[in-house]
Amino acid sequence: MSLYQLQKFLYDINRDVRVQQEFRGDRGAVLGRYELTDEERAALERGDIGLTYVLGANGQLLMHFAAYLGMPWPAYLQAMRDGVARHGPVRAGVYAMTTLVDEKVAGV
Amino acid sequence: MSLVFAGICSHAPGIVGRAAMADAALREPLYAAYGRLRAQLRAARPDALVVVAAEHFANFFMNNMPSFAIGMADQYRGPIEDPAWLGIARQQIPGNAALSRALIGEVMQTVDVAFAEEWQFDHGIMVPLHFLTPDYDLPVVPVNINCQGPPLTPLHRAWALGEALRRAADQLPARLAIIGTGGISHWPATPDSGKINEAWDRQLLDRWARNDKQALLAYTDRDTYRDAGQGGFEIRTFISVAAAARGRGELQHYAPIPIFAVGCTIAVMNVAA
Repeated sequence: MSLYQLQKFLYDINRDVRVQQEFRGDRGAVLGRYELTDEERAALERGDIGLTYVLGANGQLLMHFAAYLGMPWPAYLQAMRDGVARHGPVRAGVYAMTTLVDEKVAGV
Repeated sequence: MSLVFAGICSHAPGIVGRAAMADAALREPLYAAYGRLRAQLRAARPDALVVVAAEHFANFFMNNMPSFAIGMADQYRGPIEDPAWLGIARQQIPGNAALSRALIGEVMQTVDVAFAEEWQFDHGIMVPLHFLTPDYDLPVVPVNINCQGPPLTPLHRAWALGEALRRAADQLPARLAIIGTGGISHWPATPDSGKINEAWDRQLLDRWARNDKQALLAYTDRDTYRDAGQGGFEIRTFISVAAAARGRGELQHYAPIPIFAVGCTIAVMNVAA
């Protein structure tokens, strides 16, 4: 259920400019509206793409959050690799990593 | 017969958004193939374009996820993504609510669909439109199949949707074109982005071009996930188009382009009786 809430936050911020603006000013207030675990809340609050990926966030949601945070495409891919290297394999969902942490299939 | 054109194409956001990162020797032939698809589409003189897409949580989420949804508005907006990220400026895209309503009413005779009077197009529709109707002058009827949030729409239901769209098109006086958009094998938005299983893609495209219903519906989600990644779930859109067109397909372009994260595909199918 908690992963659902994490992804609901991503869905909301991706499609609603007001949520995007509010999150820039007060991350904690926005995240307080979702039933998140402490680990999920901390990951989102510090914009930790790697851990959020490992927690199971769907990449189609996560990549737009990364773009909102100002991460170029290569940095987004690397953040996920770094997350797996640090926290272990993706724990849920269908966006698991099947390549190696030092493998860059598309060269980035 | 009011279905006048059928085709399929890729919709990966990188095709436009990461154009500058791609090798021009791969990018330009793809863009030329989109241009040829556009010319064929226009030559068919459609009144509207039905886009069978696989959206990515732009409008539909797991709080209320329809297996199928069809747009029913006179206007749509897109892209919902950051225009700078996608490389496509925000647009108003014309729809045709009356046409949608008639189409939906007929589809509902055999397939339950949700309808939506609001719809913000994501890259799954905007990338194809960017190439096929760059002036946004052709009314669009968006159709969505849940290829993202499991449990996914079964493949045989995607086939049934295609059949229902065809039956509906045959009832209407309007000249309709249909385009299915999706990836074949790909692992988008993950560290695997750029991984492409060309052999799997070519097998799928061969089955599609032969319009081999049994072979197209033989894929299981478990095998697709293993061999073609979560992006492979989008084959549902191609399956619907095959069911609607009933003809034989012609693969006009296929090239794996890792920075675009997909085997970039352009194909048409003749519309058979």
